[in-house]
Amino acid sequence: MIEAVGLSKRYGAAVAVDDLSFTVPPGQVTGFLGPNGAGKSTTMRLILGLDAPTGGRVTVNGSPYVEYRRPLFEVGALLEARAMQGGRSAYNHLLCLALSNGIGRSRVDEVLDLVGLHGVARRRVGGFSLGMGQRLGIATALLGDPHVLLLDEPINGLDPEGVLWIRTLVKSLAAAGRTVFLSSHLMSEMAITADRLIIIGRGRLIADGTVAELLEGGSGSFVQVRSSEVDRLAQLLIARGAGVTHQSAGTLRVTGVTADVVGELSRANGLSLQELSTQQASLEQRYMELTGESVDFRAASDDLEPNRRAN
Amino acid sequence: MTAGTMIAPAPIAQTRAGHVAEVLRSEFCKLRSVPSTFWTLSAAVASNVVIAALAAIFVPGHLSAQDEASTDGVRLSLAGVHLSQIAFGVLGALLITSEYGTGMIRATLAAVPQRRLVLTAKTTVFALSALIVGIGSSFAAYYAFQAFLPNNSLRSSIGDPGVLRAVIGGGLYLVALGLLGLGLGAIIRSSTGAIATLFGLLFVPSILISILPKSWQTTVGPYLPMNAGEQIYIAVHHEPNNLGAWTGFGVFCIYAAVALALGFVLINHRDA
Repeated sequence: MIEAVGLSKRYGAAVAVDDLSFTVPPGQVTGFLGPNGAGKSTTMRLILGLDAPTGGRVTVNGSPYVEYRRPLFEVGALLEARAMQGGRSAYNHLLCLALSNGIGRSRVDEVLDLVGLHGVARRRVGGFSLGMGQRLGIATALLGDPHVLLLDEPINGLDPEGVLWIRTLVKSLAAAGRTVFLSSHLMSEMAITADRLIIIGRGRLIADGTVAELLEGGSGSFVQVRSSEVDRLAQLLIARGAGVTHQSAGTLRVTGVTADVVGELSRANGLSLQELSTQQASLEQRYMELTGESVDFRAASDDLEPNRRAN
Repeated sequence: MTAGTMIAPAPIAQTRAGHVAEVLRSEFCKLRSVPSTFWTLSAAVASNVVIAALAAIFVPGHLSAQDEASTDGVRLSLAGVHLSQIAFGVLGALLITSEYGTGMIRATLAAVPQRRLVLTAKTTVFALSALIVGIGSSFAAYYAFQAFLPNNSLRSSIGDPGVLRAVIGGGLYLVALGLLGLGLGAIIRSSTGAIATLFGLLFVPSILISILPKSWQTTVGPYLPMNAGEQIYIAVHHEPNNLGAWTGFGVFCIYAAVALALGFVLINHRDA
């Protein structure tokens, strides 16, 4: 369980995290989403006590992180980028951190096996690929077999097999009752992996809830109906208080009523339908909708002209 | 204890002493597991011993009888310290700055949030390792010098007045200098910044003071870091203005202590 209450962090005039309150419950994978620069990594650092908040507080299983004497048993963290020295071997990197929490060599071997790095354990991490570095970071997080896992952009640099591995791993960790807090800027990945989502933008909380709850709140859900008598159908629907727009010839986009209502209405008035379906906005669209206002960095033109991309 | 198993109960909270021992073990593991430690210490030992041997072979032939009388053979045997101090200073600074440079410091502080304990453990582990290598190589340099001397003109015995103190002092000077580097590293956090500051602090004041009035040279000069520190590895003192062996070394240690204390204060007040 991670609890943040009114958490704020300013760097001089820049506000990185702004009055953020949320709870990350155990037994679930909670996705932490936001555009680049939204404050995800800063929040992760605040949870780990690496940065001091300028306001509010955050606790892990009831205590501030810095009060733990052997925190690796409580919280495992995969930090953004690489938090390792290139000259040290993977084995020694893990051993040095393990020793500080009284964790033995046998556990170092175990986590190396678990992440598939046993064969390169004696190699210097400076020569590791991005994916191998990520795996070593995850091995570090698992050293103390902790109750809480904080993973900052864990799928960065991983190949499809690695992505699948992470997905399976975090789900099994959550299923065993652990708290898993996973940051990403990729909604598509979160849609598959996470049970709950916390979305932030410019350091502020935008949304917090289960994946289904977030989708319900969107404007993207509508009924698509195709009929040879669309004009008549449109009149009937408008009379029922529905929002109707012509999508293409013979196709209506209907909001405010369910597909059942549209079907009943058609039957009662003897109108034939060629298609009737409920269109769910994807989580991706919902995410863009939610964060649209808070993106810090965006290309001047959203659709780059192909001829300019060619050179 | 694999990822899929049920959560194990949290281990029983460590005693304070047990916690300290764990962090010391971790810091020693870090020190010994990077190649830079091996290379800087090897370079330090090599420069101490090789320069002592070269000095023994080549210097006596160039000395007049008058020079011979005024030359401190013990100090000459420890001439390599002028070079090996660079290695010790760099190693001390890198011990902490390389963690900031690579991001390792975040993994370190996530594993041990008690930051002052981390810095204390680093200091302890470095001081003990540097003490062994520093004093060992200092003795090796002294005996190499004696072994390669072509005649008895600059020869001394370890039992002669001040000799044992000077030979041990060569090692102590290197340890204190490394600790000064570590302290500056903890304050500055960047490798280049800390190393530049360390050597600026050692070499620049001596250059500046030489262009200042004579009164400054006699009053302030003895307290400059390197002037004060090197008194400990001079067997026979000729310069009346310089500080005594232990007083000088004490002043040098104060520089290191101030840097470490400042690093100790700052580490809890800055974001990692």
